[in-house]
Amino acid sequence: MAAGANGGGTPMTRAQVVDAYFMEHRARLLDVAAFLDRVDRAGAGDDDFRMCAFHAAVSILGDGRPDRARRVLELLSDPSSEPVARAGMKGATGAHDPAKGGG
Amino acid sequence: MYIDPHVHMVSRTTDDYVRMARAGCVAITEPAFWAGYDRSSPKGFFDYFRQLTESEPRRAAQYGIRHHAWLCINPKEAEDPVFAREVIGLIPGFLERENVLGIGEIGLNKNSRNELEILEAHLQLASDHGLLVLVHTPHLEDKLKGTRLIMDAIRRFPTLDPGRVLIDHVEEHTVGNVLDRGFWCGMTLYPDTKCTPQRAVDIIECWGSERIWMNSAGDWGHSDPVAVPKAQMEMRRRGHLESLVRRVTFENPERFLSQSGRFSAQPLRPTAPDVTR
Repeated sequence: MAAGANGGGTPMTRAQVVDAYFMEHRARLLDVAAFLDRVDRAGAGDDDFRMCAFHAAVSILGDGRPDRARRVLELLSDPSSEPVARAGMKGATGAHDPAKGGG
Repeated sequence: MYIDPHVHMVSRTTDDYVRMARAGCVAITEPAFWAGYDRSSPKGFFDYFRQLTESEPRRAAQYGIRHHAWLCINPKEAEDPVFAREVIGLIPGFLERENVLGIGEIGLNKNSRNELEILEAHLQLASDHGLLVLVHTPHLEDKLKGTRLIMDAIRRFPTLDPGRVLIDHVEEHTVGNVLDRGFWCGMTLYPDTKCTPQRAVDIIECWGSERIWMNSAGDWGHSDPVAVPKAQMEMRRRGHLESLVRRVTFENPERFLSQSGRFSAQPLRPTAPDVTR
Protein backbone atom coordinates (compact mmCIF):
# COMPACT_ATOMS: atom_id res chain seq x y z
CA MET A 1 0.00 0.00 0.00
CA ALA A 2 1.47 3.36 -0.98
CA ALA A 3 1.28 6.59 0.99
CA GLY A 4 -1.91 8.38 0.09
CA ALA A 5 -3.74 5.19 -0.86
CA ASN A 6 -6.19 5.48 2.03
CA GLY A 7 -5.65 9.01 3.29
CA GLY A 8 -8.09 11.78 2.67
CA GLY A 9 -5.42 14.35 1.90
CA THR A 10 -5.29 17.84 3.31
CA PRO A 11 -8.29 20.18 3.27
CA MET A 12 -5.91 23.09 2.57
CA THR A 13 -5.05 24.47 -0.85
CA ARG A 14 -1.41 24.73 -1.91
CA ALA A 15 -1.52 28.47 -1.28
CA GLN A 16 -3.00 27.95 2.18
CA VAL A 17 -0.26 25.45 3.09
CA VAL A 18 2.41 27.94 2.04
CA ASP A 19 0.67 30.79 3.90
CA ALA A 20 0.37 28.70 7.06
CA TYR A 21 3.82 27.15 7.18
CA PHE A 22 6.29 29.21 5.14
CA MET A 23 7.59 31.46 7.93
CA GLU A 24 8.07 28.58 10.36
CA HIS A 25 10.00 26.52 7.83
CA ARG A 26 11.98 29.49 6.56
CA ALA A 27 13.30 29.74 10.13
CA ARG A 28 14.09 26.01 10.22
CA LEU A 29 15.85 26.26 6.85
CA LEU A 30 18.04 29.02 8.26
CA ASP A 31 18.75 26.85 11.31
CA VAL A 32 20.05 24.13 8.99
CA ALA A 33 22.14 26.61 7.02
CA ALA A 34 23.58 28.14 10.20
CA PHE A 35 24.33 24.68 11.60
CA LEU A 36 26.35 23.76 8.50
CA ASP A 37 28.20 27.11 8.73
CA ARG A 38 28.92 26.43 12.41
CA VAL A 39 30.39 23.02 11.61
CA ASP A 40 32.61 24.62 8.95
CA ARG A 41 33.74 27.41 11.30
CA ALA A 42 34.79 24.80 13.83
CA GLY A 43 37.68 23.89 11.55
CA ALA A 44 38.60 21.45 8.83
CA GLY A 45 38.44 17.72 9.30
CA ASP A 46 36.78 14.59 8.10
CA ASP A 47 33.05 14.63 8.63
CA ASP A 48 31.82 11.78 10.77
CA PHE A 49 29.15 9.41 9.53
CA ARG A 50 26.35 11.60 10.89
CA MET A 51 27.39 14.59 8.82
CA CYS A 52 27.86 12.46 5.71
CA ALA A 53 24.29 11.23 6.19
CA PHE A 54 23.10 14.77 6.86
CA HIS A 55 24.52 16.06 3.58
CA ALA A 56 22.98 13.13 1.70
CA ALA A 57 19.64 13.86 3.33
CA VAL A 58 19.81 17.53 2.34
CA SER A 59 20.22 16.48 -1.28
CA ILE A 60 16.94 14.53 -1.03
CA LEU A 61 15.12 17.72 -0.07
CA GLY A 62 15.92 19.32 -3.40
CA ASP A 63 15.41 16.40 -5.78
CA GLY A 64 11.82 17.29 -6.58
CA ARG A 65 10.49 13.80 -5.88
CA PRO A 66 7.72 12.93 -3.38
CA ASP A 67 7.92 11.14 -0.02
CA ARG A 68 10.93 13.13 1.14
CA ALA A 69 10.32 12.47 4.85
CA ARG A 70 10.15 8.71 4.29
CA ARG A 71 13.24 8.70 2.10
CA VAL A 72 15.26 10.79 4.57
CA LEU A 73 14.30 8.43 7.40
CA GLU A 74 15.26 5.40 5.30
CA LEU A 75 18.60 7.00 4.41
CA LEU A 76 19.34 7.49 8.12
CA SER A 77 18.33 3.91 9.00
CA ASP A 78 20.37 0.78 9.62
CA PRO A 79 19.84 -1.22 6.39
CA SER A 80 20.79 -4.60 7.91
CA SER A 81 18.23 -7.23 8.79
CA GLU A 82 19.81 -9.56 11.37
CA PRO A 83 19.82 -9.01 15.16
CA VAL A 84 23.13 -7.79 16.59
CA ALA A 85 25.03 -9.98 19.05
CA ARG A 86 24.78 -7.54 21.97
CA ALA A 87 23.09 -4.20 22.61
CA GLY A 88 26.29 -2.44 23.64
CA MET A 89 24.57 0.84 24.49
CA LYS A 90 21.02 2.00 25.11
CA GLY A 91 20.96 5.19 23.04
CA ALA A 92 20.94 5.97 19.34
CA THR A 93 23.03 8.37 17.26
CA GLY A 94 20.44 9.43 14.69
CA ALA A 95 22.22 8.01 11.65
CA HIS A 96 23.51 4.59 10.69
CA ASP A 97 27.28 4.20 11.01
CA PRO A 98 28.49 2.24 7.94
CA ALA A 99 31.56 1.20 9.97
CA LYS A 100 29.24 -1.03 12.00
CA GLY A 101 28.28 -2.91 8.86
CA GLY A 102 25.02 -3.32 7.09
CA GLY A 103 25.58 -0.61 4.54
CA MET B 1 -11.95 15.46 25.03
CA TYR B 2 -9.13 13.01 24.35
CA ILE B 3 -7.35 9.84 25.48
CA ASP B 4 -3.56 9.73 25.83
CA PRO B 5 -2.91 6.01 25.31
CA HIS B 6 0.81 6.11 26.09
CA VAL B 7 2.18 8.33 28.85
CA HIS B 8 4.55 7.58 31.74
CA MET B 9 2.87 9.47 34.54
CA VAL B 10 4.98 8.06 37.38
CA SER B 11 7.67 10.39 35.97
CA ARG B 12 5.44 13.47 35.89
CA THR B 13 4.24 15.87 38.54
CA THR B 14 0.66 16.54 39.51
CA ASP B 15 0.99 19.87 37.67
CA ASP B 16 0.98 17.79 34.47
CA TYR B 17 -2.22 16.03 35.54
CA VAL B 18 -3.77 19.49 35.99
CA ARG B 19 -2.68 20.57 32.50
CA MET B 20 -3.91 17.34 30.93
CA ALA B 21 -7.27 17.50 32.73
CA ARG B 22 -7.80 21.11 31.66
CA ALA B 23 -6.93 20.18 28.06
CA GLY B 24 -9.65 17.51 28.05
CA CYS B 25 -7.83 14.29 28.93
CA VAL B 26 -10.28 11.75 30.34
CA ALA B 27 -8.24 8.53 30.24
CA ILE B 28 -4.64 7.41 29.92
CA THR B 29 -2.73 4.17 29.62
CA GLU B 30 0.75 3.83 31.10
CA PRO B 31 3.15 1.19 29.77
CA ALA B 32 5.96 -0.10 31.95
CA PHE B 33 9.13 1.81 31.16
CA TRP B 34 12.85 2.06 31.81
CA ALA B 35 13.50 4.24 34.86
CA GLY B 36 16.54 5.97 33.36
CA TYR B 37 18.83 3.56 35.17
CA ASP B 38 18.97 -0.23 35.38
CA ARG B 39 17.24 -1.52 38.49
CA SER B 40 19.49 -3.51 40.81
CA SER B 41 16.99 -6.27 41.52
CA PRO B 42 13.86 -7.81 39.98
CA LYS B 43 12.18 -6.91 43.28
CA GLY B 44 12.37 -3.29 42.15
CA PHE B 45 9.84 -4.21 39.48
CA PHE B 46 7.46 -5.63 42.08
CA ASP B 47 7.29 -2.17 43.63
CA TYR B 48 7.04 -0.50 40.21
CA PHE B 49 4.12 -2.75 39.22
CA ARG B 50 2.39 -1.83 42.50
CA GLN B 51 2.91 1.83 41.67
CA LEU B 52 1.38 1.32 38.20
CA THR B 53 -1.62 -0.61 39.52
CA GLU B 54 -2.28 0.97 42.92
CA SER B 55 -0.95 4.45 43.59
CA GLU B 56 -0.91 5.96 40.10
CA PRO B 57 -4.61 5.18 39.37
CA ARG B 58 -5.51 6.91 42.63
CA ARG B 59 -3.39 9.94 41.75
CA ALA B 60 -4.90 10.22 38.25
CA ALA B 61 -8.46 9.84 39.54
CA GLN B 62 -8.07 13.00 41.63
CA TYR B 63 -7.83 14.88 38.34
CA GLY B 64 -10.79 13.13 36.73
CA ILE B 65 -8.53 10.92 34.61
CA ARG B 66 -8.94 7.15 34.39
CA HIS B 67 -5.58 5.38 34.59
CA HIS B 68 -4.73 2.02 33.01
CA ALA B 69 -1.45 0.10 32.89
CA TRP B 70 0.61 -2.29 30.77
CA LEU B 71 3.22 -4.55 32.38
CA CYS B 72 6.59 -5.83 31.18
CA ILE B 73 10.31 -5.32 31.48
CA ASN B 74 11.10 -2.63 28.93
CA PRO B 75 13.47 -3.60 26.08
CA LYS B 76 15.98 -1.02 27.31
CA GLU B 77 16.46 -3.26 30.34
CA ALA B 78 16.23 -6.62 28.57
CA GLU B 79 19.86 -7.26 27.68
CA ASP B 80 20.26 -9.55 30.70
CA PRO B 81 17.90 -12.46 29.92
CA VAL B 82 18.18 -14.10 33.37
CA PHE B 83 17.22 -10.86 35.12
CA ALA B 84 14.48 -10.17 32.57
CA ARG B 85 12.91 -13.60 32.95
CA GLU B 86 12.73 -13.12 36.73
CA VAL B 87 10.81 -9.90 36.14
CA ILE B 88 8.50 -11.58 33.62
CA GLY B 89 7.81 -14.18 36.32
CA LEU B 90 6.32 -11.43 38.49
CA ILE B 91 3.80 -10.28 35.89
CA PRO B 92 1.13 -13.04 36.20
CA GLY B 93 0.65 -12.02 39.84
CA PHE B 94 -0.54 -8.60 38.65
CA LEU B 95 -2.66 -9.54 35.65
CA GLU B 96 -5.89 -9.59 37.63
CA ARG B 97 -5.47 -6.01 38.79
CA GLU B 98 -8.45 -4.08 37.43
CA ASN B 99 -6.47 -1.43 35.50
CA VAL B 100 -4.09 -3.85 33.71
CA LEU B 101 -4.80 -3.94 29.96
CA GLY B 102 -2.02 -6.22 28.73
CA ILE B 103 1.70 -6.58 28.06
CA GLY B 104 3.73 -3.50 27.13
CA GLU B 105 5.67 -1.67 26.10
CA ILE B 106 7.66 -4.61 24.83
CA GLY B 107 9.78 -4.70 21.70
CA LEU B 108 13.37 -3.96 20.81
CA ASN B 109 15.78 -1.14 21.60
CA LYS B 110 19.12 -1.94 19.90
CA ASN B 111 17.83 -4.99 17.97
CA SER B 112 20.00 -7.45 19.88
CA ARG B 113 19.54 -11.21 20.18
CA ASN B 114 18.90 -10.97 23.92
CA GLU B 115 16.25 -8.30 23.42
CA LEU B 116 14.61 -10.52 20.82
CA GLU B 117 14.63 -13.49 23.20
CA ILE B 118 12.89 -11.42 25.88
CA LEU B 119 10.43 -10.00 23.37
CA GLU B 120 9.44 -13.57 22.50
CA ALA B 121 9.06 -14.47 26.19
CA HIS B 122 6.66 -11.53 26.59
CA LEU B 123 4.75 -12.55 23.46
CA GLN B 124 4.40 -16.07 24.86
CA LEU B 125 2.98 -14.60 28.07
CA ALA B 126 0.49 -12.49 26.11
CA SER B 127 -0.47 -15.49 24.01
CA ASP B 128 -0.92 -17.75 27.06
CA HIS B 129 -3.20 -15.23 28.79
CA GLY B 130 -5.00 -13.80 25.74
CA LEU B 131 -3.73 -10.28 26.40
CA LEU B 132 -3.47 -7.13 24.32
CA VAL B 133 0.09 -6.14 23.36
CA LEU B 134 1.64 -2.67 23.16
CA VAL B 135 4.92 -2.62 21.23
CA HIS B 136 7.80 -0.14 21.51
CA THR B 137 9.80 0.24 18.29
CA PRO B 138 13.45 1.33 18.48
CA HIS B 139 14.75 4.85 18.20
CA LEU B 140 16.10 6.70 15.18
CA GLU B 141 18.45 4.65 12.98
CA ASP B 142 17.35 1.39 14.64
CA LYS B 143 13.60 1.83 14.06
CA LEU B 144 13.19 0.51 10.52
CA LYS B 145 15.11 -2.71 11.12
CA GLY B 146 13.63 -3.18 14.59
CA THR B 147 10.05 -2.72 13.42
CA ARG B 148 10.55 -5.46 10.81
CA LEU B 149 12.17 -7.83 13.33
CA ILE B 150 9.33 -7.23 15.81
CA MET B 151 6.59 -7.89 13.28
CA ASP B 152 8.36 -11.06 12.14
CA ALA B 153 8.58 -12.21 15.78
CA ILE B 154 4.87 -11.58 16.36
CA ARG B 155 4.04 -13.57 13.24
CA ARG B 156 5.72 -16.59 14.86
CA PHE B 157 2.86 -16.54 17.42
CA PRO B 158 -0.21 -17.38 15.33
CA THR B 159 -2.46 -17.06 18.38
CA LEU B 160 -1.68 -13.33 18.55
CA ASP B 161 -4.18 -11.49 16.38
CA PRO B 162 -2.55 -8.40 14.77
CA GLY B 163 -5.80 -6.57 15.50
CA ARG B 164 -4.96 -6.92 19.21
CA VAL B 165 -1.39 -5.65 18.85
CA LEU B 166 -0.43 -1.97 18.61
CA ILE B 167 2.96 -1.10 17.13
CA ASP B 168 3.94 2.26 18.60
CA HIS B 169 6.25 5.11 17.57
CA VAL B 170 5.64 4.67 13.83
CA GLU B 171 6.98 7.30 11.45
CA GLU B 172 6.79 7.86 7.70
CA HIS B 173 9.12 4.94 6.91
CA THR B 174 7.32 2.33 9.05
CA VAL B 175 3.63 3.23 9.12
CA GLY B 176 2.75 1.62 5.78
CA ASN B 177 4.29 -1.75 6.58
CA VAL B 178 2.65 -1.85 10.02
CA LEU B 179 -0.81 -1.11 8.61
CA ASP B 180 -0.31 -3.51 5.69
CA ARG B 181 0.31 -6.35 8.15
CA GLY B 182 -2.95 -5.68 9.96
CA PHE B 183 -1.56 -4.17 13.16
CA TRP B 184 -2.74 -1.05 14.89
CA CYS B 185 -0.18 1.74 15.01
CA GLY B 186 0.63 4.65 17.30
CA MET B 187 2.30 7.94 16.45
CA THR B 188 4.29 9.44 19.30
CA LEU B 189 4.36 13.21 19.49
CA TYR B 190 7.80 13.62 20.93
CA PRO B 191 10.24 16.50 20.51
CA ASP B 192 13.25 15.91 18.24
CA THR B 193 13.28 12.12 18.04
CA LYS B 194 9.80 11.02 16.94
CA CYS B 195 6.80 12.76 15.29
CA THR B 196 5.85 16.38 15.60
CA PRO B 197 2.11 17.12 15.69
CA GLN B 198 2.43 18.44 12.11
CA ARG B 199 4.05 15.26 10.79
CA ALA B 200 1.51 13.11 12.62
CA VAL B 201 -1.31 14.95 10.88
CA ASP B 202 0.57 14.58 7.57
CA ILE B 203 0.64 10.82 8.16
CA ILE B 204 -3.13 10.74 8.77
CA GLU B 205 -3.65 12.71 5.57
CA CYS B 206 -1.52 10.18 3.65
CA TRP B 207 -2.52 6.92 5.35
CA GLY B 208 -6.01 7.54 6.68
CA SER B 209 -7.48 7.19 10.14
CA GLU B 210 -8.08 3.45 10.44
CA ARG B 211 -6.15 1.58 13.19
CA ILE B 212 -4.11 4.61 14.17
CA TRP B 213 -3.79 6.78 17.28
CA MET B 214 -1.58 9.52 18.72
CA ASN B 215 0.13 9.65 22.09
CA SER B 216 2.57 11.85 23.97
CA ALA B 217 4.77 9.15 25.53
CA GLY B 218 5.49 11.84 28.13
CA ASP B 219 8.18 10.56 30.49
CA TRP B 220 11.16 11.71 32.56
CA GLY B 221 12.97 13.06 29.48
CA HIS B 222 12.31 15.98 27.15
CA SER B 223 8.65 15.34 26.33
CA ASP B 224 5.24 16.99 26.36
CA PRO B 225 2.30 15.44 28.24
CA VAL B 226 -0.16 17.75 26.44
CA ALA B 227 1.11 16.92 22.96
CA VAL B 228 -2.14 15.20 21.93
CA PRO B 229 -4.32 18.32 22.33
CA LYS B 230 -1.66 20.22 20.37
CA ALA B 231 -2.11 17.73 17.52
CA GLN B 232 -5.87 18.21 17.80
CA MET B 233 -5.30 21.94 17.32
CA GLU B 234 -3.07 21.23 14.32
CA MET B 235 -5.89 19.22 12.71
CA ARG B 236 -8.36 22.03 13.34
CA ARG B 237 -5.88 24.58 11.98
CA ARG B 238 -5.85 22.68 8.69
CA GLY B 239 -9.63 22.50 8.55
CA HIS B 240 -10.13 18.82 9.31
CA LEU B 241 -13.60 17.83 10.47
CA GLU B 242 -14.20 17.55 14.19
CA SER B 243 -15.34 13.96 13.58
CA LEU B 244 -11.84 13.07 12.30
CA VAL B 245 -10.18 14.78 15.26
CA ARG B 246 -12.37 12.78 17.62
CA ARG B 247 -11.76 9.53 15.73
CA VAL B 248 -7.97 9.55 16.02
CA THR B 249 -7.71 11.03 19.52
CA PHE B 250 -10.66 9.34 21.25
CA GLU B 251 -12.64 6.75 19.31
CA ASN B 252 -9.69 4.80 17.89
CA PRO B 253 -7.85 4.35 21.20
CA GLU B 254 -11.15 3.53 22.90
CA ARG B 255 -11.87 0.88 20.25
CA PHE B 256 -8.48 -0.81 20.49
CA LEU B 257 -8.19 -0.63 24.28
CA SER B 258 -11.77 -1.81 24.90
CA GLN B 259 -10.74 -5.21 23.52
CA SER B 260 -9.12 -5.73 26.94
CA GLY B 261 -12.51 -5.66 28.64
CA ARG B 262 -11.03 -3.34 31.27
CA PHE B 263 -10.72 0.02 29.58
CA SER B 264 -13.01 2.91 30.46
CA ALA B 265 -13.07 6.53 29.31
CA GLN B 266 -16.19 7.36 31.29
CA PRO B 267 -15.71 10.76 32.94
CA LEU B 268 -14.66 10.75 36.58
CA ARG B 269 -15.45 13.47 39.09
CA PRO B 270 -12.21 15.34 39.83
CA THR B 271 -11.51 15.84 43.52
CA ALA B 272 -8.15 17.64 43.52
CA PRO B 273 -8.54 21.31 44.45
CA ASP B 274 -5.76 22.43 42.09
CA VAL B 275 -7.82 21.54 38.98
CA THR B 276 -9.75 24.79 39.27
CA ARG B 277 -7.42 26.93 41.34
